[in-house]
Amino acid sequence: MKNRLMPRLRRLLPLTPALLLTGCTVDLLDPRGPVGLENRNVILIELGVMLCIVIPVIIMTLVFAWKYRESNSSAEYLPNWDHSTKIEFFVWGVPAVVIVILGAIAIWTSYTLDPYRPLHSAEAAGRKPLNVEVVALDWKWLFIYPDQGIATVNQLAVPVDTPINFRITSDSVMTSFFIPRLGSQIYAMAGMQTQLHLLASAPGDYRGEAAHYSGRGFSDMKFRTLAMTDDDFNQWVDKVKASPETLDAADYPQVAAPQEAAPVRYFAHVEPNLFDGIVAKYNNGTVIDKSTGQVLHMQSAMSDMQMKE
Amino acid sequence: MANISATPHGTAHGIDDHEHHHTNNVFGFWVYLMTDCVLFGTLFATFAVLRTQFAGGPTGKELFELNGVGLETALLLLSSITFGFGMLSAYARKQGAMLAWLAVTFLLGLGFLVLEVREFAHLIHEGAGPDRSAFLSAFFTLVATHGLHVTCGLIWIVVLMVQSFSSQAFSTRYMDKLQCLSLFWHFLDIVWICVFTFVYLLSVI
Amino acid sequence: MLGKLTLSAIPLDVPILVGTFTGVVIVALAVLGAITYFGKWGYLWREWLTSVDHKRLGIMYIVLALVMLFRGFADAIMMRSQLALAYAGNPGYLPPHHYDQIFSAHGTIMIFFMAMAFMTGLLNVIVPLQIGARDVAFPFLNSLSFWMTTISAVLINVSLFIGEFAQCGWLVYPPLSEQQFSPGVGVDYYIWAVQLAGVGTLLTGVNFFVTIVKMRAPGMGWMQLPVFTWTAFVTVVLIMAVFPVLTVTLAELALDRYLGMHFFTNYGGGSVQLYLSLIWTWGHPEVYILVLPAFGVFSEITQTFSRKPLFGYRVMVYATLAIGVLSFIVWAHHFFTMGAGPNVNAFFGVATMIIAVPTGVKIFNWLFTMYKGRIQFNGIMYWVIGFMITFSIGGMTGVMMAMPAADFVLHNSLFLIAHFHNVIIGGVYFGYVAGLNFWWPKVLGFKMNESWGKRAFWCWFIGFYLAFVPLYIAGFEGMTRRMNHYDNADWHVQMLIASFGAAVIAVGVVCQLMQIYVSIRDRNLPESRDFTGDPWNARTLEWSISSPPPAYNFAVVPDVHGLDTFHTEKQIGRRSYEGKTLTPIHMPKNTAAGFFVGAFSFVLGFSAIWYIWWLAALALIGIFATVILRSFNNDVDYYVPVSEIERDQAKYVRSLTAQAAE
Repeated sequence: MKNRLMPRLRRLLPLTPALLLTGCTVDLLDPRGPVGLENRNVILIELGVMLCIVIPVIIMTLVFAWKYRESNSSAEYLPNWDHSTKIEFFVWGVPAVVIVILGAIAIWTSYTLDPYRPLHSAEAAGRKPLNVEVVALDWKWLFIYPDQGIATVNQLAVPVDTPINFRITSDSVMTSFFIPRLGSQIYAMAGMQTQLHLLASAPGDYRGEAAHYSGRGFSDMKFRTLAMTDDDFNQWVDKVKASPETLDAADYPQVAAPQEAAPVRYFAHVEPNLFDGIVAKYNNGTVIDKSTGQVLHMQSAMSDMQMKE
Repeated sequence: MANISATPHGTAHGIDDHEHHHTNNVFGFWVYLMTDCVLFGTLFATFAVLRTQFAGGPTGKELFELNGVGLETALLLLSSITFGFGMLSAYARKQGAMLAWLAVTFLLGLGFLVLEVREFAHLIHEGAGPDRSAFLSAFFTLVATHGLHVTCGLIWIVVLMVQSFSSQAFSTRYMDKLQCLSLFWHFLDIVWICVFTFVYLLSVI
Repeated sequence: MLGKLTLSAIPLDVPILVGTFTGVVIVALAVLGAITYFGKWGYLWREWLTSVDHKRLGIMYIVLALVMLFRGFADAIMMRSQLALAYAGNPGYLPPHHYDQIFSAHGTIMIFFMAMAFMTGLLNVIVPLQIGARDVAFPFLNSLSFWMTTISAVLINVSLFIGEFAQCGWLVYPPLSEQQFSPGVGVDYYIWAVQLAGVGTLLTGVNFFVTIVKMRAPGMGWMQLPVFTWTAFVTVVLIMAVFPVLTVTLAELALDRYLGMHFFTNYGGGSVQLYLSLIWTWGHPEVYILVLPAFGVFSEITQTFSRKPLFGYRVMVYATLAIGVLSFIVWAHHFFTMGAGPNVNAFFGVATMIIAVPTGVKIFNWLFTMYKGRIQFNGIMYWVIGFMITFSIGGMTGVMMAMPAADFVLHNSLFLIAHFHNVIIGGVYFGYVAGLNFWWPKVLGFKMNESWGKRAFWCWFIGFYLAFVPLYIAGFEGMTRRMNHYDNADWHVQMLIASFGAAVIAVGVVCQLMQIYVSIRDRNLPESRDFTGDPWNARTLEWSISSPPPAYNFAVVPDVHGLDTFHTEKQIGRRSYEGKTLTPIHMPKNTAAGFFVGAFSFVLGFSAIWYIWWLAALALIGIFATVILRSFNNDVDYYVPVSEIERDQAKYVRSLTAQAAE
């Protein structure tokens, strides 16, 4: 997909300076991962195709308005002309052709960019994906690394060029998990598990945000995404493991309690299946394993997290 | 509901406008009923989405007793027939017969409501109230919305029975109102048949 | 006794609100005092508040819309100034509790009480006149609809001073809007205000549907219907199809909140996805409910001032119908990011894009209406040209977001905000203002001031780009909507420019007020007076009668033969009323019932919001009693005598011939 999009994209590049003129980082046009790159390419292609019709329309509007103004008696005037099959054909045909082109791209990219689709990009070849479980809380993000057995609040560290498989839920209201420079977002909803697959292709510190309003602490519900080399990532994991704090079922209610502008926290150890327990408490203690479709019963492990109501 | 029947002559269309009034009022009410159809349709859609969300609570199969519901259905269907006889008497300008049939219709409708309220009270008593699960929320809301419509219909029947003693009895305006009520009553019957089929029967099967 | 209502519900600790409240009270006292001083209470009551005349109700709707525009715009200015300030540690002057109410109120008021009221006002004024009818099908219902809308607008504004408004956005998404997360009265204010206004809108829908189907002048077939009436017709069909969905959705949310049910709660099996689907089943067609009449306005204006019939009338009608139908199958594009899967996303993405085809056709048809015309450039045409440019861009950004893969990064960003303001301001608002300027002389008998109108246009047009292009860019910079403060320098630049743009638009609003003031002041000047009833040399029936029209509109119901009958009549020099005998006209009497039902509904809403159940019960009884009492009243109509019609008609013909002689 990318290889076919790129040549077309280059032709459109002259159009972007208008947006870049402000001289600052335009996150969506300067992505740091393959997903974001595809998002950007789609946007630019779409913009290019549509400008081919919108610019002429605007020019025609101004030209017609000027040419056929009342005071210009030299222009032709047809007081009863109101139909032309040729023009009708053209006015239906042109938008239809544009929409056929864009519709085809829409269908194609709905599948290639499906957030649930694991990444198979060139950079990631042969690398084991990193699993991260994300819980949206009021008003902070909890990141659980099930394979490393650690968890953090409001800080997400990922190794570069490694596919990251996110499972996302919420233990409060609905919001949206979004790292603009890496690409696509997805909703976080209580009792639901959504999935997202991203990859960071360069080290850096990228802003992550809640992209759906979620109440009074919403503006500060943000996190830093630290994309780093494998070595740095391992060191980071060790740093988290050295933290005095741990997160088990008894600590969880305190961690999940509403809090505005929550600081970063590290948890050296995390209760296994915490994420499943959070999903299960909204589903009568059951959670569906998305990979196998099996219904798991979670009631024993999370007894103190049962229905509040 | 009642306010639609209360609309004044409004076509303001010259001399021949009595013809127009007639069609506008009944046609207008029919159009309104179509929007009511959308309203019930949305409630049915909600029920369809939430009908298996028992939240660990009782299911429809455990709760519903078809005997009581069958009796409710019978009462309502019968009331449609008696209303039809009432309309025939009204067309024949027989006030006494019309009042009698409307009274029977009223009693049948009231009987339906009493049975429904008893069913609700029973369910709430059993701990299966509307706040128990999404399924029960959707069930209570759908059935109670129909019940509220029936209540409005009953008030409307009384109003029209009283008005048959006034000077407007059997005028064009009065007959329009009676026709609108007739449409309303039969419409509620149709909605109830859907409730009976999609809510009760399908839950029990 | 008073439910949840206590003295502490009055926010005396918020200086902005106390100031606003004082201002509102002073203005209200001044207005009431003036009415008393000039002894106009009786006139106001008999001629306006109890009126069932569609033209007067239309005027009152538009006045309501302009007042609400003011309120909604004040919210906008506060949001823009907050975001210009609240950068890098500065909290700004609006804490989240207040700011979150403002953006929720801004959206709710602008859509339900500005745009909807404006649209209904235009429909009221124009549709019966365009189809040669003497009133709408159900004049009393029309009055009732107006009062339901008005009291809801009052109710939502009461939330400023007693209690609070919702802090969940203009569509109050659960679970945030559920009792668990929003225990205050704010969401209840939202539910009751929108619910009661929705009743009014639904009745308007039924009313105008029957009016257009049943009350067209003889000879006016469907393909002779003026374009504005066609768009109004599709709009009212959409209203009837989707407002009941809104009613049910909000009722279910209310049941969750009041009775602890579980439609949309996190627990108990509730489904947020269900709410999203239901609210957008209403919400997307709602966009077309607003914009289709604006398209109708542009069509009427373009053909009139291009001095040509509309290019492709039939195609325009089909395009309108196509948009109406398609608007039902696109709702899920509002939540591509919910994880519904590529099949669903692809379907709704493509369906959304297809709407761009009939919309594009419309743009082209307006273009070709101007083509080879003789375009008269007055202030009204400015809005049309401004619309065509702005709406093309707004349509383009809409199609961009219809692509799921692009929406994954643009969703909920300021790009989205810029997009829908682009279509709502550039399409809907420009259209309504153009319509107001265009039909103003018909309803009031004098034209609007040109120079203030042009000033207003330029401020709105330039201000729009200054205010919203930065938001498009901020969207690309990853800024989400509804933030209260931030710490990103790039965003700050955009927020500063956008605030400047909002200030320019504010000047535009002031120019509009000046335009209204100056127009009324100069109403008797010969150049602003409309003696002929046809100030623009237009084509449709509403221009074939005097300005302002008599209460019964048409002395003789016109004979329609083809599209643009009035234009044809002017060409052949023979008017259809000539040689017809006048007969008494049957008209509805004014009634206070609508006003009282509205007043009781207000009490019902207010007491339900505050859990004052005895009062709510009384109000409900009041509503039923008013309606039932009215149904006992037989004295609901009267006949206009021939002598009076003759007098009006003679005056009109005299004025017409005097003009022709000049």
